[in-house]
Amino acid sequence: MRLRSSVFAALCLLMEVFGIALFLRGFFPIPVKSSFSAKNKVADMPAEPSAGPTSNWTQIPAPLFRKVVIMVIDGLREDFVFGEKGKRFMPFTRHLVEQGSSHSFIGRARPPTVTMPRIKALTTGSIPGFIDVVMNLNSPALLEDNLIWQAKEAGKKMVFYGDDTWLRLFPKHFMEHDGTTSFFVSDYTEVDNNITRHLDSTLKRDDWDMLILHYLGLDHIGHLSGPHSTLIGPKLTEMDDILKKIYTSLLSKEVEGALSSLLVLCGDHGMSETGSHGGSSDPELNTPLVLASPAFRRKVAYDLPNVVEQVDLTSTLAVGLGLPISQNNVGHLIFPVVEECSMREQLRFLHLNGFQLSRLLRDGTSAYEKDVGFEQFRVAEKSHGNWVKLYLEGNTSEVLNNMGKKVIRQYLDALKSMSSSLSKQLGKYDLYSMMVGTVIVFEVLFLLLLGMADALRSNAELDLPLSSSLCSLPSYLLCLLFSAVHVLVCTSTESSCYFCSLSWALAFAVIFFVTALLCVILSIMARKFSWEKPQSKAQSSADSGFSELDTLLLAGTLGHVLSLGASSFIEEEHQTWYFLVNTLCVAVLQDVCRKYFKETPEGGVCTPSKEDLEGSDYGSRLLKGQEKWLALATPLVTLACCRLLRSLNQTGVQWAHLPDFGHWLNSSEHNVELSFLASSSLVLIFLLIHKRCSMVSKIALGMGLLGVYSYRAAVGNVQFPWQQHGRDLSKGVLEARFVYVFVLGILFTGVKDLLKSQVVAPSREARSRGLWEVYSGLVLVVALLFRPHNLPVLVFTLVIQSLMSRFIWRGLKYDAAQTTIMHYWLGQAFFYFQGNSNNIATVDISAGFVGLETYVEVPAIFLTGVHTYAGPLLWATHLICHLSSEMQSSPSAMGHGCYCFAVLRSIPAALYVLLVTALRYHLFIWSVFSPKLLYEGVHTLVTAFICIFFTAMDQKRSAR
Amino acid sequence: MKDIEIKGMVSAHAIIAITILLATLAPTLFVGNYSVYGTHLVWLYSCCSAVAAVNIALYALLGVSPTPKRHTLSYKVTKLFRSFMYFGFSCLIFHGIVVLYGAPLIESALETFSFAVLLSTFTTLRCICMLGPNVQAWIRVFSKNGAMSIWDTSLQITTLCSVIGAWFGAFPIPLDWDRPWQVWPVSCTLGATFGFVMGLLVAPSWIYWYRKHLTYKSK
Repeated sequence: MRLRSSVFAALCLLMEVFGIALFLRGFFPIPVKSSFSAKNKVADMPAEPSAGPTSNWTQIPAPLFRKVVIMVIDGLREDFVFGEKGKRFMPFTRHLVEQGSSHSFIGRARPPTVTMPRIKALTTGSIPGFIDVVMNLNSPALLEDNLIWQAKEAGKKMVFYGDDTWLRLFPKHFMEHDGTTSFFVSDYTEVDNNITRHLDSTLKRDDWDMLILHYLGLDHIGHLSGPHSTLIGPKLTEMDDILKKIYTSLLSKEVEGALSSLLVLCGDHGMSETGSHGGSSDPELNTPLVLASPAFRRKVAYDLPNVVEQVDLTSTLAVGLGLPISQNNVGHLIFPVVEECSMREQLRFLHLNGFQLSRLLRDGTSAYEKDVGFEQFRVAEKSHGNWVKLYLEGNTSEVLNNMGKKVIRQYLDALKSMSSSLSKQLGKYDLYSMMVGTVIVFEVLFLLLLGMADALRSNAELDLPLSSSLCSLPSYLLCLLFSAVHVLVCTSTESSCYFCSLSWALAFAVIFFVTALLCVILSIMARKFSWEKPQSKAQSSADSGFSELDTLLLAGTLGHVLSLGASSFIEEEHQTWYFLVNTLCVAVLQDVCRKYFKETPEGGVCTPSKEDLEGSDYGSRLLKGQEKWLALATPLVTLACCRLLRSLNQTGVQWAHLPDFGHWLNSSEHNVELSFLASSSLVLIFLLIHKRCSMVSKIALGMGLLGVYSYRAAVGNVQFPWQQHGRDLSKGVLEARFVYVFVLGILFTGVKDLLKSQVVAPSREARSRGLWEVYSGLVLVVALLFRPHNLPVLVFTLVIQSLMSRFIWRGLKYDAAQTTIMHYWLGQAFFYFQGNSNNIATVDISAGFVGLETYVEVPAIFLTGVHTYAGPLLWATHLICHLSSEMQSSPSAMGHGCYCFAVLRSIPAALYVLLVTALRYHLFIWSVFSPKLLYEGVHTLVTAFICIFFTAMDQKRSAR
Repeated sequence: MKDIEIKGMVSAHAIIAITILLATLAPTLFVGNYSVYGTHLVWLYSCCSAVAAVNIALYALLGVSPTPKRHTLSYKVTKLFRSFMYFGFSCLIFHGIVVLYGAPLIESALETFSFAVLLSTFTTLRCICMLGPNVQAWIRVFSKNGAMSIWDTSLQITTLCSVIGAWFGAFPIPLDWDRPWQVWPVSCTLGATFGFVMGLLVAPSWIYWYRKHLTYKSK
């Protein structure tokens, strides 16, 4: 079967995406869930164990607290309360912690330290998997059994003020609520005032049972200027005052004889030294957890807080409110909280928690009976029963008390080990699915590499021995063998496995597919070897034609792949790309010097295009003279642009906290400068693209860019010169949709031109104009989605592209492969220039809301994707434009470019998959390697789409 | 036929390499608490000046540089002046490129410039000594098949090695090991120096190894 190399590349990438998806499914563990779909009910609660006659206490224990106030402060890290900062800025809280009637702990959050998974953890008591971060984009209602649902079921009245993630997770759960969005990170006063303004009235009233507050300001300050900023102190003091207000109001309502209230202060996650979060460093994981209630004994001496798991709060609160513990909870009761209760109550609480954990353990693991914790729990339950029997018999001696203490100890041990063995299951990988995924990815890579020599020939066609290899005996045998292996693995494995849980037909289809790929690879290899000998001579002569630039391009690509093995190099991957791009520019500069400025033996300075010069008049000769200097300047301009852009967005981990130009522009006092920069950038964008567009799209482009500015003005990022300060901000939906209309218009004319060039009158001019219009439509979308301080990135992209394509790629006659590699490198560099990093936290979700009233999943994900991968997309699209204009001189350029693009993406993706498998028990696997894996996966998907576009463009050539 | 030349090159390169070693050790006698990392600039300057002095002396003595066509004083003075100017330019160009590569612009400008001086000493100074202040000749030497003598080849190799050494020297900077040699520009200068010394050692052996394949066009 003969295939054009672009078709082949696109197919390969699609297969690779499939392989990576399978790998990802196996790699990201699914947390242990109870198999019961229903939620825990009061009726399900076990009665008190008893050895003799049944106990008389079968109902659920009564609540310990009348009211609960939970104050969550986003990004509150442990030393803000327990450290030096706490002493200075949070005097009341410190007083409460050191001398008040309170219990304080360090609550250790689990990575990923991002708000939504943390809220889920706090309310369900389970540990959300890493994949929940990705779901952070949209937080649909939480369906799992959770504390809030239980409280609502029990008829508790709840009030919530704060981060609206809660409202999305728990719609209709709150009696009263006011959500604030964390949409504008630069705002750190309004978000909190919006919460505090409700406090006075709410605290006065008595119609609620549970008040939840989630303050975002501190986290915003962290994102803006880090944990050592001067803004932190006043914010902590503000929080301290609020805490004091709540606590004194709670105290004033205390009634003698009735139950008292509980105030919980906690952080959802901490803050790294750079002010961000999402990783797994200690400052990000350790949050303070302070429980204060008049019911607790007053502290005599202050000692350092103990470390507990963050999820332990859930079961403690459930017990405190007299609610069933939620089903998937893995935390265990914080015992000091119930210390004041009677022995019988304490035992009952521990038993309830243990029963819930043991049930979860039984559902999650097959060999639960061998689990140490489970056995301990059985023993403890039995002695608990004995204790109850004695107690009911009226025994009140010291013996009973001592026995009770022993049972408590047994229970606590059991809870601890059950809890830890439950959380350990999170670390289990579904190795079989991962392996199948890896095999597919590597087969694709081998196929691409083997086909490279054929695909990059002048006709850009590949001969795939598909039918001959598939209809052979070995292929049937292999297929049978793999099926047998599949059956064997699936029947013998203990833990759950995604690939085994697929339906048989689907699984066998995948197996057949793997076999087919393997057979094709084997037959191509066999053919290669049989042809090797006569060709070896020609090959060696071709190899010697490697220039320094080729060496650099190859070494850089491979070196980058190798650098991914070190976590620091992943964190600072932008440095690698900047360095490579700079080196590329220097190499190009040297090439320019060599080609334009070399003295020929005849004495004159020759220009490389001597043949072109013949027959041309004096004017163009002069132009050639200028061109020489412009060509010399191009790499230097590129270098300068890269240097400027590098200081625009400081990214990565180590130096991310350094002040950058983007922060300077975004601060409110530099709004005028930002407005000026944004408007001039938009004008420059127009000037740079409009030349090659048709009249209609020129107008549409101009209007669209105007619309972009007015959108930014409506949202409040920039201002019009005639505008007064303090105008109301809107979401700018109208303006954004105005821009979308023009984008669609431009894309429509572009596609129309492309179709016309193919169907009606095949003309190269219409074709390249159509392509350019599609490209300018993309530029317009990106201009809309980019934050205003990022618009210079777009301008520099266009400047570099137009300069390079005129003077370097065309002038120095680089072939399609070289041009493709350069485009790929620059695309990668621009991915980081726009402020991205290999951390999930830098994905700008706000781009998904541009022009949308509310969250709509599909467009939001699409827009966020386009915004995040704007750099690579723009460069790839430019590559298509450039290569299609080159097609006259080399008709196979498009196929070559597409093929190189696919190979360039497959090599890092495949090797990274292997690397992650090897490093799956690495300390940084969740904080560094997995986010990068997700980025690689999405990047491969994006590249697959680009290659399909390539193929579509290439098809037109053959149709012509 | 080239053996005598190669021997001369070996001894010249050995002298330069030993000079670098001495220049690294010598400041211990004069400067209190001297160390390569701690008082990095002292090491850098001593290394630079020693290499520069030895290079100039060696090539003046050996006479590999092109013989001047005229012997007038004014010609010599202009040539000297141009050499100085070229050296200064090359320092500035290296500085510029290093800043474009991402070195801080203002913060440690002195360190950056010193690094540029070091690189110029390893590359441009040798070019000036061996080829004279003549850009066309430089471009010729650094083009493909442009070398006309084994000295040109050695120049190519040492220059390439120093630049590549400096290039590789930048790699450890993003790593979070917090070592004294990761501070800018220590790793780069050390890389450049290491590369230069390697170049000095590799050049004669490479030329010796490939002496059959090396055919030089006459000047």
